[in-house]
Amino acid sequence: MLFLIILILSFICNYFLPWWFVAVIAFLAALATGKKPGRSFLAGFLAVFIAWAILALLKSIPNDNILATRVAHLMQLPNWIALLIAAGIIGGLVGGMAALSGALIRKAYRK
Amino acid sequence: MKFRAILSTAITLLLIWALEAKFGDFPRFGEFLNPGTGFWQNAESKNTSSTEDLKIQGLQGKVTVKFDEHRIPHIFAETDHDLYLVQGYLTARDRLWQMDIQTRAGAGRLSEVVGPKALEIDRYHRRMGMSYGAENSLKGMMKDPESRMMIEAYTEGVNGYIHQLKPKDYPIEFKLLDYAPEEWKTINCAYLLKNMSETLAGDSKDFSMTNDLKVFGAATVNDLFPDYPFHEDPIIPVGTKWDFKPLTVPKPSAEFIAQMTDKIKDTKIEPGVGSNNWAISGSKSANGYPILANDPHLNLTFPSIWYQVQMTSPTVNVYGASLPGAPGVVIGYNQNISWGVTNVDADVMDWYQVKFKDNSKNEYWYNNRWNKTTKRVEIINVKGQKPLIDTVIYTHHGPVVYDNLSQRPKEGREDIPIGNALRWIAHDESDEFKCFYLLNRGKNYDDYRKALTYYVAPAQNFIFADREKDIAITPNGKFPLKYRDQGKYVLDGSDPADDWHGWIPYDQNPTVKNPPQGFVRSANESPADQTYPYYINWQFELYDRGKRIDDLLTAMKNATVDTMSKMQMDDYSMRAHDVLPTLLKYLDVSELDKTQAEALNLVKKWNLHFDASSEGASVFNAWWLKFYDLVWDEFDRKNTLLNKPSFDRTEKLLLMEPGSKWFDIIKTPAKENCTDIVTMAFIQSVGDWVKQIGDPGKKWQWGDVKDSHINHLANLPGFGTGHFSVGGTGAVINALKGGNGPSWRMVVQMGPQVKGYGIFPGGESGNPGSHYYDDMFETWKDGKLNELLFLSSQDEKSDRIKSTLTLSSK
Repeated sequence: MLFLIILILSFICNYFLPWWFVAVIAFLAALATGKKPGRSFLAGFLAVFIAWAILALLKSIPNDNILATRVAHLMQLPNWIALLIAAGIIGGLVGGMAALSGALIRKAYRK
Repeated sequence: MKFRAILSTAITLLLIWALEAKFGDFPRFGEFLNPGTGFWQNAESKNTSSTEDLKIQGLQGKVTVKFDEHRIPHIFAETDHDLYLVQGYLTARDRLWQMDIQTRAGAGRLSEVVGPKALEIDRYHRRMGMSYGAENSLKGMMKDPESRMMIEAYTEGVNGYIHQLKPKDYPIEFKLLDYAPEEWKTINCAYLLKNMSETLAGDSKDFSMTNDLKVFGAATVNDLFPDYPFHEDPIIPVGTKWDFKPLTVPKPSAEFIAQMTDKIKDTKIEPGVGSNNWAISGSKSANGYPILANDPHLNLTFPSIWYQVQMTSPTVNVYGASLPGAPGVVIGYNQNISWGVTNVDADVMDWYQVKFKDNSKNEYWYNNRWNKTTKRVEIINVKGQKPLIDTVIYTHHGPVVYDNLSQRPKEGREDIPIGNALRWIAHDESDEFKCFYLLNRGKNYDDYRKALTYYVAPAQNFIFADREKDIAITPNGKFPLKYRDQGKYVLDGSDPADDWHGWIPYDQNPTVKNPPQGFVRSANESPADQTYPYYINWQFELYDRGKRIDDLLTAMKNATVDTMSKMQMDDYSMRAHDVLPTLLKYLDVSELDKTQAEALNLVKKWNLHFDASSEGASVFNAWWLKFYDLVWDEFDRKNTLLNKPSFDRTEKLLLMEPGSKWFDIIKTPAKENCTDIVTMAFIQSVGDWVKQIGDPGKKWQWGDVKDSHINHLANLPGFGTGHFSVGGTGAVINALKGGNGPSWRMVVQMGPQVKGYGIFPGGESGNPGSHYYDDMFETWKDGKLNELLFLSSQDEKSDRIKSTLTLSSK
């Protein structure tokens, strides 16, 4: 549930809000619905990771990954897939940590 | 529990902050890597629609743009204003960052975006008067109604593109460096010309030559640095009559040698790199009409320095290479004429020793009295630091580039004498765009001659061919009237006799039309022989390429575009032709070991072509360079910047003066002679190769040992080509070496229907995420040309047209 909410909202907000807004989404979603902190982190991480990866691929695949390959070289990564994973992890960490924070606060105030 | 919640929230915020912040040269990672606004947005899809409609501000009518398979725009406008507006718009769409960074470099504003590491280069550009010159040029351009129209419309077009950009659309380099594009200004067009002047007419040997004079004396300097080379084949054929009455050449001033005490270091120069152009008359071509060829050589970068475009309005239909940031076509052709350029390298950058009254530097001695200086304040904004406020003193000559040693950077700029004022042609009012405006619309020889009178700097050898079967060449620019060798050394800033004395009239610039030999050509060599009454410079590029072109064209019959194109790839070494037999004659074979003998065998078998697969070329090249260094050891001084004699003078020494004292190496007690030096150079250069790449064999192939590469303009790894293997070198026609070489190759067959062919290394798009970023590179590398699509009207059908863009006013 939490995973789906974050995934869908991250997807939509990508088009008109700054990138760090995924943190706000994940935080508020976990605050509202989060249960176990560990699971919330995982849901936030995976949702943003997947949302970013899909959004990036939507741009990169019709490009034959030309640009991603060049940028990977620039950043000294072995190939464009490594770059995609790195971008996903960055988004995922932000989403995961925000969801974890949301869930922890919810827990702290419930008790 | 609360504590964990607070800690977790704090870590989240810290993480976001770290991803938003900029550390050193790294981009802001969150901004750069996210899919919504990051670099992913710069990935262009290969699926583009075949029609596009756009509304932009300022258009007077409708403009149609057809794009061919290389996404080269063919613009059809109803007015000239719209034509230049759309040229600006489309060039910005493809090359915005390049335009921005080149302008910033010229204007001394790089530090604003990259921080203190660009401060010295910015300061140099400010102090040597780039802005002063750009302001003066712009004044000249704005006086002419047509130039003004072009520049203003072009500027409007660039800004029309910039205004509709959202941060996610910024070119990737803006995202990497983390800054935003700014409004384009009319002066930016002038900065672009100043950059070209700096590249092509922006260095001088005046200081090192003055040091030579102090160290070796006049007799030696006159012998080693002659005003006319040993080997030469000038641009205007020897024997051409000068049909004008020359002005009186000014008298030399009392000789003044500056006293320099500061410490300096040698800078490496690379002779033999340059551009070629030639045109053959109908008598030499298969179809009876002239053919024109041009390959200007510059530093090769991605994006390419050139942008191809076809521009059509009721007054013009022209195709060719334009410079991003400048309206019009610089090298190209229309139905009636074709033209091209190579650099002249005139002596138009002179240094004047200035005597100030006191430390306030408010007055300087000139014409036997004290004269007021003027001061120009330059404010250089630096990212992350306080702005640098720099006051530059100007005499009537120009800016005092460095008034004391502390202003001069520790590395580089050793060629700039301290306390000297700079007189530079690029400081003057000018209107080069008018020259191109007229050439773009030119119909015949007279139009060509008229256009050239508007061109100031950097001086170019303008080659010409038309469909009335005329061919011509004119080393052209605004040349100061000087006494012979005025500006070979540092000049006396107090003596009016050392000022520039007016100008060589344009109609007295060297020129030739339809010479009996049936061709015209240039390769940066001497414009004319010694009968030409005026001084343009005391030294030009080596004769090698010019001579080779001359030999090939003299023998040529029934030439076609294909013959010309093959000639642009020619890599026969005139130097090897001239000196290799003599080097082999002096080489003492008895001193060679087995490896060295193998290397000798390679060079003996060599066909004198710098092919990619040639091993002999590698041996010869290293041998010659080592020989040159060993001969002129007298010029290697730790504390004094000296100018070394040319390759040409070195060839004369080897061929004509084997007993010369210069062969002796001063550090050794022994007295070396020519044989010793030739042999020593061979052994040492082969030794260097063996150490670097192993025993003689396949690894020695020229294409592999020569480092050819094209880098991104900001040297970003992964955004350039990396190393590639090709033939060519300095001083052969295909002068491709390191990151420098033919930046645009063009061949135009004149006739009832003109046909153009051309290629540049790169692509139309400056976006590394575009399929059109480097799509022409391989064709260029293979030495082939693309047939250029020259549409007679917007209704002409061609299956090479892949998409159509229609623009109308908002």
